[in-house]
Amino acid sequence: MFYRENGQFKTSYAADSQILPIRQDRIGMALLLGVAFVVVPLLSSEYLLRAILIPFLILSLAALGLNVLVGYCGQISLGSGAFMAVGAYVAYNCQARVEGMPLIVALLAGGLGATVLGVAFGLPSLRIKGLYLAVATLAAQFFVDWACLRLKWVTNDSTSGSVGIAHLDVAGFSVESPAARYLLCLGFVVVFALATKNLVRGHIGRSWMAMRDMDVAAAVIGIRPMQAKLSAFAVSSFIIGVAGALWGFVHLGSWEPAAFGINRSFDLLFMVIIGGLGSISGAFFGAAFIVVLPLVLDKLPYWTGLPMDTATASHLALMIFGALIVFFLIKEPHGLARLWATAKEKLRLWPFPH
Amino acid sequence: MKTFIACAALAALQLFSPVAQAEAAKEQFFPLLVYRTGPYSPNGTPWANGKQDYIKLINARDGGINGVKLSYEECETGYATDKGVECYERLKGKGASLFDPQATGITFALTDKVPGDKIPLITLGYGLSASADGGVFAWNFPLMGSYWTAADVLIQHLGKKEGGLDKLKGKKIALVYHDSPFGKEPIPLLDERQKMHGFELIKIPVTAPGVEQKSAWLQVRQARPDYVLLWGWGVMNSTALKEAQATGYPREKMYGVWWSGAEPDVKDVGEGAKGYNALNLNTSGQSPKVIQDILKYVHGKGQGTGPRDEVGSVLYTRGLVIQALAVEAVRRAQERFGKGKVMTGEQVRWGLENLALDDKKLGSLGLTGVIRPISTSCTDHQGSTWVRVHTWDGKQWAFSSDWYQADEQILKPMVKAAADKYAGEKKITRRTPAECQS
Repeated sequence: MFYRENGQFKTSYAADSQILPIRQDRIGMALLLGVAFVVVPLLSSEYLLRAILIPFLILSLAALGLNVLVGYCGQISLGSGAFMAVGAYVAYNCQARVEGMPLIVALLAGGLGATVLGVAFGLPSLRIKGLYLAVATLAAQFFVDWACLRLKWVTNDSTSGSVGIAHLDVAGFSVESPAARYLLCLGFVVVFALATKNLVRGHIGRSWMAMRDMDVAAAVIGIRPMQAKLSAFAVSSFIIGVAGALWGFVHLGSWEPAAFGINRSFDLLFMVIIGGLGSISGAFFGAAFIVVLPLVLDKLPYWTGLPMDTATASHLALMIFGALIVFFLIKEPHGLARLWATAKEKLRLWPFPH
Repeated sequence: MKTFIACAALAALQLFSPVAQAEAAKEQFFPLLVYRTGPYSPNGTPWANGKQDYIKLINARDGGINGVKLSYEECETGYATDKGVECYERLKGKGASLFDPQATGITFALTDKVPGDKIPLITLGYGLSASADGGVFAWNFPLMGSYWTAADVLIQHLGKKEGGLDKLKGKKIALVYHDSPFGKEPIPLLDERQKMHGFELIKIPVTAPGVEQKSAWLQVRQARPDYVLLWGWGVMNSTALKEAQATGYPREKMYGVWWSGAEPDVKDVGEGAKGYNALNLNTSGQSPKVIQDILKYVHGKGQGTGPRDEVGSVLYTRGLVIQALAVEAVRRAQERFGKGKVMTGEQVRWGLENLALDDKKLGSLGLTGVIRPISTSCTDHQGSTWVRVHTWDGKQWAFSSDWYQADEQILKPMVKAAADKYAGEKKITRRTPAECQS
């Protein structure tokens, strides 16, 4: 009833090929952005901003990057934690070694550093596929773990191996308060999501999807495998590197290599799988599932009113979380984004059954 | 589906509601960051139990601090930095008196946040070694020792064993350490001592969490060091002792830091760890008066947090000591800011900075023999560096050395230099003597 395209006629090619062709979608997105940019920072408590929304935004950015590689290009990568680490450390080195480096430039430099590493470790993808490529990217993960611990220049000769960030500010505006940090992360996420959406709608995105679906056929019709795969690795690593730099700078403030370990890589892969492979909104759904749900589940056992020690609550949360993953994947193997798309399809007919 | 939506809505409502202060603000709230799950839980659990039991003791035996009852809430961190930060954000709004992160990694992350949030950090025997300098680190309190004082005392002890520090020349000392900020902290001091005495320092890192140590101990076997210093935590310690047994390295030549010398580390290995030495900041055993009180007032009433036979173990007692010093800091703050009132984080910080616990005071707390007198000041946030070595005889720990103190001649300049470097990086100005009075 509300979600119909009745009366919405496109009179130009530009209007026909826009990202959100349905007016209700555009209104919804405008509302969402308005709430995200204006209402949330005003009304949220510090805990909500610092511990839930900022990690959610940063990890959804990382999941977006990984979705480009795994979802759109079909190259499995278990090294996303490593790319986040490289982004964070390169950004830290730019900020620590160069006096007066602007924050945004340092973060983007972190992304570029991750791009270089991503392309380097993406070269095996030209020869190997599937699980074997996953192992090669796993090597990237352990290599970066080792490099951050053993190579002194990575941590700017820090004796403890832990690095920390001084005061954050963007063009003179201090980014210390939770609301300012949230807006910085939200700005990055919105810009990158828009850029990625346009990339995957264009010819580069189509070449990625062609490589994913049938790489031999794609090569036959003239899509160069090296260009397609390496560009996917490059774009994906750039986004993940910026997310890693944001994670270290904005969320943690002070970190050690263990913050970007193998568990982070698995988390990102699960976000992408549960959220939905090959969709932009899937990154956000997956990040919400993996970041926010455990925090809610941590509190859930206490709501039952039973006295429980923290270890039991923690184990219960983990069990429920696992059960929910299994449940959702059985219900909808293509992820939460497909569930959402199906819901929208049903909304087009609502209240009529067919 | 409907219940799921209802639960989600309830959760969202919870999250959006502004965080409330401790109800009626009549209780002194102690947030407890603990890890009862994960590879470090065998050591983290008795520590957490000691802290909680002491709070219960103060409430049951004394009725609180000058009438102000103590409340607490545990939050599971699993030794992970991001979970520790999340727990900190969750609990700080409830009127937190101070935080004991129980982990060096989390300490590094929280050190940046506490000056803004005005909540002190107690990092007894761990954390940033440079934070002993209260002029730069106004909110950190590495009471009773840091990794630099531990390394220093170990070298002093080895020198004593050899018949003089000069006899260490030419000897090989291997450091088997947890490859994390915790494990790497002692290296600057050991390098300094190496320059002074001329021994050979072999650094052997063990990848966290330290379950896989075969290659590390192969290196030890090839290098044949005269002594091995063990800097591990959690399962790394017991694994190291098992590997030492497997490669035949004499355990009598192994010396662990105070986080590598407790019952969970040696119980599994039993006789195989006989002769292993470690530092210990506090006594263990069930004879100290405070332990007797806990058994009577807390466990006797069925309120004990952990098993009864854990009471009095090394890490349990250390957790108890941490909580006791925290309570004394609150009591000291009340002397200045109002007896019988709930203290804020800033006031507790002042209390921590002006601790003066002599033998008499320790006796009244039941801590005679457990720790030595400790007194802090504006510039000295450590308070005391007294520590002894104890040895495992197969069944229990027994002290095997005199009391040592860290050599201030070496440590003071190093701490000051490191603190100045930190202040330069983070753009912090050193506190003036006038600020110390506030």
